[in-house]
Amino acid sequence: MTDRRVSQRPPVPILLLGGLGLALFVVPLFGLLWRAPWSDIPGLIGSPIVTEALGLSLVASLSATIISFLFGVPLAWLLARVEFPGRRLVRGLVLLPLVLPPVVGGAALLFALGRRGVIGGPLYELTGLVLPFSIWGVVFATTFVAMPFLVITVEGALRNLDQRYEGAAASLGAGRWTVLRRVTLPMIGPSVTAGLVLTWARAFGEFGATITFAGNLPGRTQTLPLAVFVALESDRAVAVAISLLMVVVSLAVLITLRERWWKFL
Amino acid sequence: MRIVVLLVVVLAIVGCGKHADEELLVSAAASLTNAFGAMEIAFEEKHPETDVVLNLGGSASLREQILEGAPVDVFASANGSNMDQVVADEETFGEPRVFTVNLLQIAVPAGNPARVAGLEDFADEELLIGLCAEGVPCGDFAREVLANAGITPSIDTNEPDVRALLTKVEAGELDAAITYVTDVASVGGRVDGVEIPDAVNVAAEYPIAVLVRAADHGTAGAFIDFVLSQEGQAIMSEFGFTSP
Repeated sequence: MTDRRVSQRPPVPILLLGGLGLALFVVPLFGLLWRAPWSDIPGLIGSPIVTEALGLSLVASLSATIISFLFGVPLAWLLARVEFPGRRLVRGLVLLPLVLPPVVGGAALLFALGRRGVIGGPLYELTGLVLPFSIWGVVFATTFVAMPFLVITVEGALRNLDQRYEGAAASLGAGRWTVLRRVTLPMIGPSVTAGLVLTWARAFGEFGATITFAGNLPGRTQTLPLAVFVALESDRAVAVAISLLMVVVSLAVLITLRERWWKFL
Repeated sequence: MRIVVLLVVVLAIVGCGKHADEELLVSAAASLTNAFGAMEIAFEEKHPETDVVLNLGGSASLREQILEGAPVDVFASANGSNMDQVVADEETFGEPRVFTVNLLQIAVPAGNPARVAGLEDFADEELLIGLCAEGVPCGDFAREVLANAGITPSIDTNEPDVRALLTKVEAGELDAAITYVTDVASVGGRVDGVEIPDAVNVAAEYPIAVLVRAADHGTAGAFIDFVLSQEGQAIMSEFGFTSP
């Protein structure tokens, strides 16, 4: 045994600290499983209040994901490809919702887009449209909080992309639009998908901005996280059942798309 | 390995530091925010060795924290039922005592732009109406008042606590809400109050109790005695509360 190979076994301190890190995520889940009223769960999840909230959550989070795609990808492209003064500031503004407490975001939305808000006021005068206390309010709040995930992912991918591919396509006579559609987008496709999944997951779990901006009414603005919160006040079994439902749905989506995101994120 | 040892030592020191403090953790209903802020200052003046720390929130959330083992010394709830659940779990030390009473009032944005005249407007689908959520004291009391008046409200939002509800009224996003008299008084000028007739109004009784887990039952009891004293009651009435 003269050649000393690098051991396959990880060093003990790393194993220990990494294990503790993992425990931080797993222990709360364990608490949830511990409290779960297993035999009642099918009935609890089938109750109208839960199915309504699930429907609203799916509609709102998918809408937020589509809107994020429509506006977020162009925004990421601008940030990655166009030099303009104050770009760092703009990038900071885009990322702000990631670190801001969602309640602050919700309050800001309320003051800007509410019936008496800077923009919401004139909007209401002109069209009679009231964003708070409506499904639009929920979509707006979740998009505000979730879209940055798509923008940073796509921007990172665009910046790492070897621009010579695009140059080659252009030199072969492809127009700008064709290059974007046939070369750029396919190459960053996996990152866009990863970004979309993250965006959806964040939107699906959004609570603070939603309840602050859109309020909380079953069937209209009460998404699953809000239903959990209300149920915690009244019926803890329902709260645990909804929490489990959210864990299962979110985890299923994240694991299914794991491959892509492992590679490209 | 040295890092791990260091971490353990640091954690131990931080842990010890916590015990040395003379902290009194008071979990109080959101509607007590201002009154207990003044109470804290007055109590600390008399007991400089004690640092009162207020944990403010919806009574139901506070109850849940206590039942899950939060190291709280005193619990002041905005209704009896949340306190009853804490009593039922044998988390209180001694009997809870009613220390103040709060009446309900209709809160509207300054100037009353929707011209809300009384409880009957809560059935108007055109208006944006907010209540506290069910299970939250202000929500349960508001529903009791509406039931007394025989009105089925057309609700647009169920807010998690009275402060959140009031913020939306203050911003003008809600046309009317039902809050405590003290809440309308607390935001002075930015929210107007519309009276609820005595015949249908509900008097919310606030109980307070020392908790079993309290670090020092004596200090916790002294705080409650102070709240119930003439001086404490004077502070409460300054903020619109009435003595029991």
